[in-house]
Amino acid sequence: MTITNPLLSVRDLTVSVRDRGVMKPLVSGLSFDLRAGETLAIAGESGSGKSITSLALMGLLPNNVTVTSGQMLLGDTDLAQMSENQMRPLRGAQVAMIFQEPMTSLNPVQTVGTQLIEAIRAHEPVSYGQARAGAIAALRQVRLAEPERRMGQYPHELSGGMRQRVMIAMALALRPALMIADEPTTALDVTVQREVLELLKDLQRETGTAIILITHDMGVVAETADRVVIMQAGQMVEQGLTPDIFAAPRADYTRSLLAAVPRLGAGAARAAPLPPKAQVPVAQLVDVTVHFDIGANFLGRPTHRVHAVEGVSFDIQPSETFGLVGESGCGKSTIAKALAGLVPYEGQIIINSTSLAGLKAQERKDICRDVQMVFQDPMAALDPRMKVGDAVAEPLLIHGVGTARERKERTAELFDHVGLSSDQMNRYPHEFSGGQRQRICIARALALRPRLIICDESVSALDVSVQARVLALLEELKADFGVAYLFISHDMAVVENIVDRLAVMYLGQIVEMGTRDQVFGNPQHPYTQRLLDAVPIPDPTRERTTYLRAASEPPSPMRRIGDPVPRLMLTDIGGGHLIAPEVTA
Amino acid sequence: MVDIAVVSGAPAGILRRLFRRKLALFGFAIIFIVVGSAIFAPWLVRYGPNEQLFDGLTLQGAPMPPGGDFLMGTDLLGRDLFSRILYGARTSLIIGVIANGAALIIGTLIGLTAGFMRGWIGSVLMRFTDLMMAFPALLLAICLAAIFQPSLWIVAMVIALVNWVQTARVVYTETTSLSEREFIAAERTLGASQSRILFKHILPHLVPTLIVWGTLGISVTVLLEATLSFLGVGVQPPMPSWGNIIFENQTYFQAAPWLVFIPGTAILLLALAFNLVGDALRDVLDPTQRGQD
Repeated sequence: MTITNPLLSVRDLTVSVRDRGVMKPLVSGLSFDLRAGETLAIAGESGSGKSITSLALMGLLPNNVTVTSGQMLLGDTDLAQMSENQMRPLRGAQVAMIFQEPMTSLNPVQTVGTQLIEAIRAHEPVSYGQARAGAIAALRQVRLAEPERRMGQYPHELSGGMRQRVMIAMALALRPALMIADEPTTALDVTVQREVLELLKDLQRETGTAIILITHDMGVVAETADRVVIMQAGQMVEQGLTPDIFAAPRADYTRSLLAAVPRLGAGAARAAPLPPKAQVPVAQLVDVTVHFDIGANFLGRPTHRVHAVEGVSFDIQPSETFGLVGESGCGKSTIAKALAGLVPYEGQIIINSTSLAGLKAQERKDICRDVQMVFQDPMAALDPRMKVGDAVAEPLLIHGVGTARERKERTAELFDHVGLSSDQMNRYPHEFSGGQRQRICIARALALRPRLIICDESVSALDVSVQARVLALLEELKADFGVAYLFISHDMAVVENIVDRLAVMYLGQIVEMGTRDQVFGNPQHPYTQRLLDAVPIPDPTRERTTYLRAASEPPSPMRRIGDPVPRLMLTDIGGGHLIAPEVTA
Repeated sequence: MVDIAVVSGAPAGILRRLFRRKLALFGFAIIFIVVGSAIFAPWLVRYGPNEQLFDGLTLQGAPMPPGGDFLMGTDLLGRDLFSRILYGARTSLIIGVIANGAALIIGTLIGLTAGFMRGWIGSVLMRFTDLMMAFPALLLAICLAAIFQPSLWIVAMVIALVNWVQTARVVYTETTSLSEREFIAAERTLGASQSRILFKHILPHLVPTLIVWGTLGISVTVLLEATLSFLGVGVQPPMPSWGNIIFENQTYFQAAPWLVFIPGTAILLLALAFNLVGDALRDVLDPTQRGQD
């Protein structure tokens, strides 16, 4: 590497929050350099101070948070000394930022074109026509199909991946020297993430922009960054070239972080005797269909129908972990909701040889004792005004199990089972960390000793190290309680590590189903192959076959009412490995 | 910092934390004084509230300013304002607390039912609320007051029947958004009954909103009572209320400002006191605010 002056040089940066008159450091003594055209990843788990660092660079710190010492030299200017008025012209022109959630960063009531043009004209004295031409060029540069048409569209008309491309176009339109991307692909599906990461790399080659990539995903770090800074609790733990960090991490924290990352292929080593096929499956779905009617004509009748789930059949054996994978909108969560009785469906769902159709209220309530659910975001799934002990005891109370005293003892036992202490029972959900909250949700789901627990993206919102521990807990409880799991996830690596059998879903239908070894060892359906191929691999030495697709409209599960839905027929290619024929759209 | 384990939960703890807030204490003190003077009015005043005093007017027939024999001065008829304010507190408390409380309860029940049930029940209830909102409140109150014999309790009822609509609207909106929250879905998967979800998991989250609306409603209802009294369909003279004291005397505002300012200040202080207590109560009842006071 040639020795040039760094584009950005951060020296001994300390950022503190004022809390009841006391300054508490959020980031302390952080130093790093960034050269032009280089990608630096700042990686760490939640609370490590990585996002605060990016906000400090942009001068966008919240009111009670300030840079207390250190320098952030961009060329000759120290960003730490800039006032808001001095900072404003730099933002966008010199330093641009891409946020995690493109839907919330774009103005929902303005067209994409208006926002792009406004961003350009705010910094450069160009005419409307020139700005418009610049905006279209920027959209073309991020490989959006039909850029002229996109200009007139509103953010909600675009898919998540396309919106993020628009954000990147906006960031790049002014050719900034530095671009900060804060978890730019975390909210996106893996295949879309793949495309956006490729795009960022490509654009960097074309424009020479330096990128700071803030991420929690070591797979993303390995695939995109030249150098990496690992942070923990506001301190820099380690920094170095990406291959070096991955090959020989010096700090213990880095080592444990890398060890916790779920890897594709790691699950294959696990000896997994499939549970024998029982006479009565815990749950059986036969030809389940869920659709939602939307739109209304002048008579108030719906005009379109979203086919969220279309003719899905599978069964879950006792003590088995059955995986359901697919990208957002494929219908996997809708199946969970149908099983839990939260949405109406057609077809048959049989739990323990009782069909859910036409149950009376009391029978429906009894089914709840056998099927429980753990949601994605434990904070949202717990009543913030209820003590966690009461939350865990609530299912017992609802179903009239035991006396108050017995319930209390049982709750304490459950806390113990999920690795919490029983003296935490009197606290409220906000006093716990994310991983602890998910443990509380798991304890609540276990309270009635169900035979099936539905885990709907239950570990997706957790940091990797916490995720690994929660997954281990689930495995342990499976052995202790003999419970079966329906494990729903978009993360192929996690799924490979935990499931016995799985089904891959696409647009409301199953495209491939089989044991873990069958699907991961010998993926047959092109969609499964694409999903597996898109997973970021935490190994910087691995060569990847690059492919680039222009983002186009993703297929929609919405159809006009009365339009037939082509059903996919699954064929057995041996040993219960079912695949659907490839759809030629 | 507060030791969470010690204070959490117990009602005694809530009161203790409430009293630790200076502003809340100030609010409690005012409410205490107003309620106390309303109850003990006969023992606190020298003259009856409706007594027209000979030396209550100047020789020219003008009301006496505050000071001397009359702590708060006298009104146009030579009645002691201090006495009228104290007795008026009875009326205003009944209107501001009871009528307003009834309006709050009606509004909450209707909003909650409509927001939680949705469907045709929700539609019917909310269209009815919209209808009530569009109907001029004053006209309705006048109609109701004209049908029944005007009395304090009729006025309280009229005010309750007019004032619940805004509460119902706000509660409806909050309930619909709360029903979509994931912890409500989680409760359903546990097999919780509708009433359990409604009263144990949705109602507690409405408390902050209800406190704000409840305290805002106090000054609104006290003034509405005054308007009704002014139009002759409210509390009948000579019975005093803070509102009708203002209305009786507003035309003489230039000459005898105390006749408007003193009852006005009383209404303001009462509303402020309830507001301060309500604010503190909201913070204390919210578990996520623990340890931040």
